[in-house]
Amino acid sequence: MKFEISQEEQPTVMVAPAPEERVLDVRGLDFYYGKTRALHGVDLPVARNRITALIGPSGCGKSTLLRTLNRIYDLYPAQRAEGQILFNGENLLNPRDPVDPEASGSGRPRVGGDLARLRARIGMVFQRPTPFPMSIYDNIAFGVRLQRSVGKAEMDEIVERSLTRAALWDEAKDKLHQSGLGLSGGQQQRLCVARGIAVEPEVLLLDEPASALDPLSTAKLETALLELKDSFTIVIVTHNLQQAARISDYTAFMLMGRLIEFRPSSEAFVKPETEAMRDYVTGRYG
Amino acid sequence: MADALMAAMVEQAPRSKGPRGAPGSGNGDGLFHALCFSAAMVLMATLAGLLVALLIGGWPAFSRFGFSFFTSSVWNPSGTPDNPEAYGAAGPIAGTLITAFIAMLLAFPLAVGIAVFLVEFCPRRLAHWVGIAVELLAGIPSIVYGMWGLFVLAPWFAEHIQTPLLLDLDPDGFWGKLFSGVPNGANIFTASLILAIMVLPYIATVFRELLLSIPPYLREAAYGMGCTPFEVVRNIMLPYIRRSAVGAVMLGLGRALGETMAVTFIIGNSHALPHSLFDSGSTIASTIANEFTEATGDLHVSALIALGLILFLITFATLAAARLLLGREKL
Amino acid sequence: MANGVPMASAPRHLRRKLTNYIFVGLTSIATALALAALVMILWSLVAKGLGGINLAAITQDQPGGGADMGQGGLRNGLVGSLILCAIGMAIALVIGILSGTWLAEYGDASRLAGTVRFINDVLLSAPSILVGLFVYELLVSHLVGHFSAIAGGVALAVLATPVITRTTEDILRLQSNQLREAGMALGAGKGLVIRAIIWRASRTGLVTGGLLGFARISGETAPLLFTSLGNPFLSVNLGQPMASLPTIIFNFALSADDNWRRLAWVAALIIAVFVLSANIIGRALAARGSSHK
Repeated sequence: MKFEISQEEQPTVMVAPAPEERVLDVRGLDFYYGKTRALHGVDLPVARNRITALIGPSGCGKSTLLRTLNRIYDLYPAQRAEGQILFNGENLLNPRDPVDPEASGSGRPRVGGDLARLRARIGMVFQRPTPFPMSIYDNIAFGVRLQRSVGKAEMDEIVERSLTRAALWDEAKDKLHQSGLGLSGGQQQRLCVARGIAVEPEVLLLDEPASALDPLSTAKLETALLELKDSFTIVIVTHNLQQAARISDYTAFMLMGRLIEFRPSSEAFVKPETEAMRDYVTGRYG
Repeated sequence: MADALMAAMVEQAPRSKGPRGAPGSGNGDGLFHALCFSAAMVLMATLAGLLVALLIGGWPAFSRFGFSFFTSSVWNPSGTPDNPEAYGAAGPIAGTLITAFIAMLLAFPLAVGIAVFLVEFCPRRLAHWVGIAVELLAGIPSIVYGMWGLFVLAPWFAEHIQTPLLLDLDPDGFWGKLFSGVPNGANIFTASLILAIMVLPYIATVFRELLLSIPPYLREAAYGMGCTPFEVVRNIMLPYIRRSAVGAVMLGLGRALGETMAVTFIIGNSHALPHSLFDSGSTIASTIANEFTEATGDLHVSALIALGLILFLITFATLAAARLLLGREKL
Repeated sequence: MANGVPMASAPRHLRRKLTNYIFVGLTSIATALALAALVMILWSLVAKGLGGINLAAITQDQPGGGADMGQGGLRNGLVGSLILCAIGMAIALVIGILSGTWLAEYGDASRLAGTVRFINDVLLSAPSILVGLFVYELLVSHLVGHFSAIAGGVALAVLATPVITRTTEDILRLQSNQLREAGMALGAGKGLVIRAIIWRASRTGLVTGGLLGFARISGETAPLLFTSLGNPFLSVNLGQPMASLPTIIFNFALSADDNWRRLAWVAALIIAVFVLSANIIGRALAARGSSHK
């Protein structure tokens, strides 16, 4: 293979947003699947109300990085993260941190209460659409009810607003009380976005949300994401470079568990600085 | 019979899938195939024989008592002129259904708890060992459960539960009636308790496998919304396995209905319809076990075999329901 | 409702956390109860069974009622149980392995195979006492005419066969088709490939199936009550009634004779040790087999 990057010397090209703009700030993050190391000292600034895209070839660690941001990896005992992930200045990996005072970083979601709180503030949409086995309405109401008691009228309003913002309202308004599983793949994915934003998180993580969708559904999803940028901070993992270029404000290019380039997307795709990213962008790399 | 077998085989052979040997490759292949096929047919013949044996054996009792065999609770093997020999299965049938039902009522929540604990909360290494321990519970022979029930559980129950209740409760009140009975610990409830312990590992093991089969993405999505583990289990995981779980319960129910020795030791063996939770009773299986070798006459034997047929039909129905709900793999 | 809304209020958050703790507590209690039941049962067995063991317990036949404490033993039952299980396993292994082979290799997805599978499941879950009734009707009251060891062995075979059939089919299905094809590519017929290659490759699994079948029948009591009946004396005559540990337990435990009760506990301990070790060895073999995959 052409890109045997020399592990230690490869500099990260970093044109980062100002510190006060950052909602999330990953510093020196290492990640392990059991004994296998998947991330090597990764830094990642995430700017407020911007879309940050994580790109790179399969196995580069972009999904792994995303899954540390809401600590969903905690469901699996063998996985662990070391380093810092500052969320509004507080390290969400720190066991004693107020964000998450109890989690040990190595266990199962045994206690759960505070991780649950964290995950409500940093929502996630997965690669496969994951509607819960309940109606469209309840899929959205479910998360909201976890957080607070909501009257019927207000809940109706929340459901409508969430679906509208996820560009699904017109298609779903007549079947709100039918099962979410009856929607098409693209609609299901937008339902998951609606469900994620209904609880008003600060950050929304998306893990290749369009990889299972056709071009039309993808376009609708992208439109929705661009609208959502005004209210939320979005981090999206994608293997679709055009998609990253179309919607993202910042692009992080990863390779073999390292961050190689982090720059505003407007520059990153036009003139990649590293040879590795140049070759990836021009399609010469996996 | 042999001709029919061969004919069926010839018809059967071409349908089988997978790689096939060269035709006529010898080495007794045809004979081997025939042997395997006959073994499978022996299985079918066994079940058919079982059914026929129960039908033939039970027929005299069914034809003699007709529908009243199901509704009467008179069980009188020793006929006298003013009290003729008569058999009615209502007592044992009721006892069978009641004990199995109570056993499931007790075992179900415990099984859910165990399965959830092992899958969701228990550290993995510990879960492995606890899982093995729970399965060991399933391996203990039923006669050992019977002895334990008779010599350990029943005396303890009589002394610490039954007697205090008997002394404290108004014998004419609702609770007093529900808990009335001879305080010797041998009754419907303790039999159900033993049954519950016996079926618990079966249901818990199936529940555990069902929970493990839930796609990880669904679980992740639920946690990703900010659910606590309790909320994930209650709102997402349990609804997801609901249908199969009912199948697992039916499976446990089938075992509870047909269990013999443990129940025989501890149910008190009375043929009347039970009047309270702590009343002695009998099940179909315990009646057969107690009386069959000492049956006084042909009609008595026939009545017991007729009971057996009823038991077979009940357990068959639960198995069929379980299969329908569960699919074959989890049985 | 603008941006930056209402995270859960603190009390609500506390309540959810508390509910979760209670739930975790309840599930742990459920598990603890099951473990406690196991420990209590095993403890009773060991305490009451070990205490009653003496040399006579395995060298003498069962005592009469009213014998002095410590008199008599279980020799007739031990020998009888071994013989009955041997008959049962011999029949069940042959029928079970062959029929399991037919299901996996010949019957496969055919309708007839589906029926056989269903029937096997019915037999697998049929109450064992009904199997006793069936064998009684077939052998005791017709073909043989009286209670006999053979009848007991057949009843046990009917119980073990479905277990072995089921495991055999499952095990054989794990073998890859390449293995079969490779054998046939050498010119071997299908039957030879199965016997010489597939069975050999599945050895561990077949042994596991046998052990599970053995575990299933070695503690069985109900079907023996009216087939092999029981015999107060040592007998190795297959045509005559034969003693067995489970039937001895059944008769002794319900008696008022303390010496008999003592022997019932000893017999229960012996059976439990047999069954549990067969189970454990079977599982260990199965685990080892699957970790090699």
